[in-house]
Amino acid sequence: MSIKGKSNIIGVYEHPTRLATDKTVPQLHAESARGAIEDAGITKDDIDGYFCAAGDTPGLGALSMIDYMGLKLKHWDSTDTGGSSYLLQVGHAAEAIAAGKCNIALITLAGRPRAEGMATGTAPRQPSVPFPETSFETPYGPATANMYAMCAMRHMHQYGTTSEQLAWVKVAASHHAQYNEHAMLRDVVTVEEVVNSPMIADPLHRLDCCVISDGGGAIIVARPEIAKSLKRPKVSVIGCGESPKNQYGGKNLDLTYSGAVVSGPLAFAEAGVKPGDIKYASIYDSFTITVVMQIEDLGFCEKGQGGRFVSDGNLISGTGKLPFNTDGGGLCNNHPSNRGGLTKVVEAVRQLRGEAHPAVQVRNCDIALAHGTGGSLGTRHGAATVIMERE
Amino acid sequence: MADRKITAPQPNPETQAYWDAAAEGKLLIKKCNACGEVHFYPRAHCPFCFSDNTAWQQASGAGVVYTYSVMRRAPVPYAIAYVTLAEGPTMMTNIVDCDLDGIKIGQKVKLVFKPSEGGPPVPCFAPV
Repeated sequence: MSIKGKSNIIGVYEHPTRLATDKTVPQLHAESARGAIEDAGITKDDIDGYFCAAGDTPGLGALSMIDYMGLKLKHWDSTDTGGSSYLLQVGHAAEAIAAGKCNIALITLAGRPRAEGMATGTAPRQPSVPFPETSFETPYGPATANMYAMCAMRHMHQYGTTSEQLAWVKVAASHHAQYNEHAMLRDVVTVEEVVNSPMIADPLHRLDCCVISDGGGAIIVARPEIAKSLKRPKVSVIGCGESPKNQYGGKNLDLTYSGAVVSGPLAFAEAGVKPGDIKYASIYDSFTITVVMQIEDLGFCEKGQGGRFVSDGNLISGTGKLPFNTDGGGLCNNHPSNRGGLTKVVEAVRQLRGEAHPAVQVRNCDIALAHGTGGSLGTRHGAATVIMERE
Repeated sequence: MADRKITAPQPNPETQAYWDAAAEGKLLIKKCNACGEVHFYPRAHCPFCFSDNTAWQQASGAGVVYTYSVMRRAPVPYAIAYVTLAEGPTMMTNIVDCDLDGIKIGQKVKLVFKPSEGGPPVPCFAPV
């Protein structure tokens, strides 16, 4: 069974807050849900499916949030693959709708790591209940930044990728963020400013890292018949792919590629389109290296050529071949709850609707891709790809 | 400079032998008696053929740096790394007892142990 054309994204919302000291996480989930419900032009009672990630929804799986929001459901799923969860959940919602399990599915994300003073990228995290690998990794101080840095270091060694090439990813994001009034970082930066910013974990500099922000977002996926009855532009889900990547027992460990090598081709095959057909791409940008690796793995360029591909403004809307993250992405705009997957879908939908900022709106944007990874590229992660089409 | 404080590993029934050996200065990996593959981190079940007939094997302690990164935003900068053991598997570790700015991918390293905070010592590697 294919999900192609069997569901539409009818509502999206990105919470405008970036610092939520005066709000709770459930409150941010609910405010995000309200925003998407209003965007779609439906009511809460129309929702009969709920999809979230267990890791950012307080309670047992989705149960407490379902109760908090007063949802009456026929179907739900709280699969957690970190920051890519919400991309994966668009696919799961599309599957559930195609299978007749529900008609209108709500997806939410929320969190407040900034208000809580979390050192997201530089403080090693110790799980409260040990994972099977914990004692073989935690003693060595794996934070987030140094794990992605090890991918970058190997990518540079193997393919000749440079810090200046990685910096172009941030430069492009900053060009877009200047137009986003909600973006945390709105100043346009140069390659020199990125490579001269303080080193965090070699070879990643401060400006190679995404922001730490509070907030949230929501997506509503529904049957096409419901989308037709609404007044918003139509965005059809035409292809989805997901894949975990792990360490395979330490055999031939290769940190230069991501799970996108599986999720990307699955999504392209289902959609019946090729990378060259994509007019706009939201690419998870926890770090600059994340973007380079995923662009290669999704087939936008040859493996190892990602550094060259992103250089010289090639990701900047209006001038580059692959306009990306026109909201400023995680690098400049927003990385709510340390999870950037949901906002990737939101900006792709804005582009397909023609509702992105005029300065970054891609002309004739009929097919868009949103992709992310969650967990860590340096250890194990889940990748998810969603391809959408304007009807 | 003082060494970084190392979080104590938590031995469990599946890994007790590994940590007991570490206390004696030995690095163990797991070998599958059914398919012959070695793996890391060690599990009771082989992650390749899923046999539960796995046995401990002592590693030589020789390895090569697959990749690394020096964490600068820490009270004591440290080098996290993946080292590929002579026996095949690649493991997460720290590169220690050296100038952190001199570490290179492909560099030969040898096993050393560093004390943890209240637990067994952990296997690290130093340049040969």
